Amino acid sequence: MAKSLAWKIGGDQGEGIDSTGDVVGTVASRLGYYVYGYKHFSSRIKGGHTHYTVRLGTEPVLAPEPEVHVLVALTQETIDRNVRGLVAGGPVIADQAFKPALPDGAQAQLIEIPLTQIARELGAPVVRNMVAVGASAALLGLPLDAFRSYVEEKFGRKGQETVAQNVRALEQGHRFIESSHVAVRYELPAATPGTRYLMTGNDALALGALGAGCRLMAAYPITPATDIMETLASLFPKYGGAICQMEDELAAITMVIGAGYAGARAMTATSGPGFSLMQEGLGLASVAEIPAVVVDTQRVGPSTGMPTKTEQSDLMAAVFGGHGEGERIVLTPGTATQAFEDGYEAFNLAERYQSPVIILSDLALGQWLQTVERLPYERVQIDRGAIVGAAETQDLEGEFQRYRLTPDGISPRTLPGTPKGQYLATGVEHAQTGKVSEDPANRAAQVQKRRRKLEPLRTREGAILVDAAEGAEVVIVCFGSLIGAVDEAASDLRGRGLKVGRVQVRQAWPFPAQPLRAALQDARKVLFVEQNVTGELRELARLEGLEDDRFASLLKYDGTLLLPQEVVEEVRVLVMKEEV
Amino acid sequence: MEVTLKDYRTSEKSWWCPGCGDFGVLAALQKALVNLNTQPHEVAIVAGIGCSGKIGNYINSYNIHVVHGRTLPSALGVKMANRDLLVIAAGGDGDGFAIGMNHFIHAVRRNINVKYIVMDNHIYGLTKGQNSPTSDPGQRVKATPQGNIESPVRPLSLALSAGATFVAQGFSSNQAQLARLIEDAIRHPGFAFVNTLSPCVTYNKINTYDFYKETLTNLDEDPDYRPDSRAAAIAKVLEKEELVTGLIYRDPTSVPYEDAVPGFGTVPLAGRDIALAPEDYELLLAKYR
Ligand SMILES: Cc1ncc(C[n+]2csc(CCOP(=O)(O)OP(=O)(O)O)c2C)c(N)n1
Ligand code: SF4
Ligand SMILES: [Mg+2]
Repeated sequence: MAKSLAWKIGGDQGEGIDSTGDVVGTVASRLGYYVYGYKHFSSRIKGGHTHYTVRLGTEPVLAPEPEVHVLVALTQETIDRNVRGLVAGGPVIADQAFKPALPDGAQAQLIEIPLTQIARELGAPVVRNMVAVGASAALLGLPLDAFRSYVEEKFGRKGQETVAQNVRALEQGHRFIESSHVAVRYELPAATPGTRYLMTGNDALALGALGAGCRLMAAYPITPATDIMETLASLFPKYGGAICQMEDELAAITMVIGAGYAGARAMTATSGPGFSLMQEGLGLASVAEIPAVVVDTQRVGPSTGMPTKTEQSDLMAAVFGGHGEGERIVLTPGTATQAFEDGYEAFNLAERYQSPVIILSDLALGQWLQTVERLPYERVQIDRGAIVGAAETQDLEGEFQRYRLTPDGISPRTLPGTPKGQYLATGVEHAQTGKVSEDPANRAAQVQKRRRKLEPLRTREGAILVDAAEGAEVVIVCFGSLIGAVDEAASDLRGRGLKVGRVQVRQAWPFPAQPLRAALQDARKVLFVEQNVTGELRELARLEGLEDDRFASLLKYDGTLLLPQEVVEEVRVLVMKEEV
Repeated sequence: MEVTLKDYRTSEKSWWCPGCGDFGVLAALQKALVNLNTQPHEVAIVAGIGCSGKIGNYINSYNIHVVHGRTLPSALGVKMANRDLLVIAAGGDGDGFAIGMNHFIHAVRRNINVKYIVMDNHIYGLTKGQNSPTSDPGQRVKATPQGNIESPVRPLSLALSAGATFVAQGFSSNQAQLARLIEDAIRHPGFAFVNTLSPCVTYNKINTYDFYKETLTNLDEDPDYRPDSRAAAIAKVLEKEELVTGLIYRDPTSVPYEDAVPGFGTVPLAGRDIALAPEDYELLLAKYR
């Protein structure tokens, strides 16, 4: 029995593909399966081929399935483009209305269902896709009841008529398969129901930020980061926050900096092109030591690149981007749970270290649905860092020393509005008071102070997450959403008797060199898996003195999701080379 | 406690050239703050980059000196974070109408309760005398030896047509009027734009003190002019080629952005209790079941 199955629906954009995929994903999740829902879409609104795959399994799944078990086709193009990805002999549910045909040599079973006609007879053309869902349930061996209750809940508000139409659509689709001669029936082991959530990394990150007390977001829309703004826009009215949709990313980041200076927890979210514009503001936040949280949900670059495809090519830009050696903190979440954690912790780090914090996410993490066991909200703590209040400033003699040279490099700040705490925050090099200074000794001391304050973060707990294997033949190193494919590959390889460890880098800067060195110490081979062409993570490691002849890279930069099988294959090649 | 001018002075020595128009703007701003009895710690000044941007160095308030052109968005951020602060953005004509023009138009539209003072010297002072977007046609400078062939930006009519709810222009030599205009701007519930004609004595040989004394019309002294009609205001500034001073337009119905954000509340974000309760999280998560 397979441990996981993949169901895919394809058609033209604007044909309800997204909502249909969401139905299957949500119901599977409620049944207790782990779900990973990923899409193929293009930068257009209507027309153009799109598809949505829901992978469901009895164990956590955070990566795509190599083959699809059931394909629902709403257009001939869907069949032509996707039939090759089907398991041999797998079923293709196709709407009779477009007179579907299998391409020559296709190994598939075409199941023509009059989806459009059934829907029309039910008096509701929009339930067409529900007929396909009912048929899919039969093929996947999922109980129809679960779909029924979902539909009742989802459409209840729209009235009994709508509910009834959808239920009948489900039933007719289901019956069509049950009464047909289709031999294929899939079956998954029993699921383990529990309280789980289905969400994207963008959702989780937004919730983390809200939990941290972020009540101001300034942003400019861009795929695949916009969902964060939209999620917060739906929540802020209740929690007293504001979304400012700015004129560009230069404005978005500087608004966040202004707010951070004035003591609010504010954030912005963007992707590549916008992130380039934000480099200007990031430099200001570094030098003026102002907390700012910036999300970069990476997509294929440079320039407009492939806006709807995933990549991890902004790592160097996040760490070193901009002129003049400004210091930042760069967090790299890989799962929705981690996006939640970074979503709140970024604000603590930003205020504690008076620094910009970049949450470097990616399209796959940001946009694809995944099952979340639970969000550890009880761990959310709010640490606002060193703030000098009115009680302390009242006895102040002379000027407040905002940029005092302290042993740990952190200089307590006042918030505007605090009597006698006035100072100048500035992107110009400044003396301890904030006053402009070109004094060489002061310049050197301020530079060192700003570097010193972030040093302890190199060994911050959780900066890398290690799943070790004693005497590992290979240790795989990755960051971001690739952790899903890497973990699955590692578990597969272990099942084959290979000793495989893996390290997930959760904080790219300050670079956790020492913990990483320790984690790689005993490995015979080290494989960096990254979604970029230059091996940016490995390059960072090299700059930090970690590189030797054990190191190898698996780099993917075609915009598609990394398959666990690609990692398995690469590791096997690596190990075989070793044996020769 | 009664606020005096002394409270607003800093120990910083001025870097401006003797005779620079920005001295007058600084003095008028300090006077306005004193007249309104605003405490220094209740004021946040956000300054841009340029000779003009140094203004924040000379006022003892909370100050943030940002990057060239981003004066306004930073100021809007300060105000959104703490509505109780008086937030004043200040910068040059290059800062506001060249590199920051995009932000200017949108800040005008957005109407957040921030005051914006531009020290418009029709030139780039700090970079040693290049033409700015407000430079007069024909002005010859090192970078444009053949003379300026571009048509100047008209800040007043631009702001008016972008929907500004408060527009005024002062002359740095007319201290009393400028201070009054700034006070009016501060009292206005919304974005208030005060353009100041502030001669650069070093690089601008056209728009000098004498030039303005000869050409300016003071609308505050014109009994026939009423600053309550956008259309009349636009007509007037076009007619006078923007060579006017005084309160040009004020929208009595102005509602600041922060009042229009649903549920935003009146307590400054900076001082709020921000933690969520477990029930909040459960409620938020229910959507994802
Ligand atoms: C991004 C960027 N580009 C260019 C500069 C150089 N620069 C500094 S001030 C300035 C223009 C100043 O003109 P204005 O804003 O009118 O101020 P003024 O000095 O006249 O008061 C320029 C171009 C800079 N600091 N940053
Ligand atoms: S260069 Fe011009 S604007 Fe700058 S300080 Fe001198 S007079 Fe003022
Ligand atoms: Mg200028």
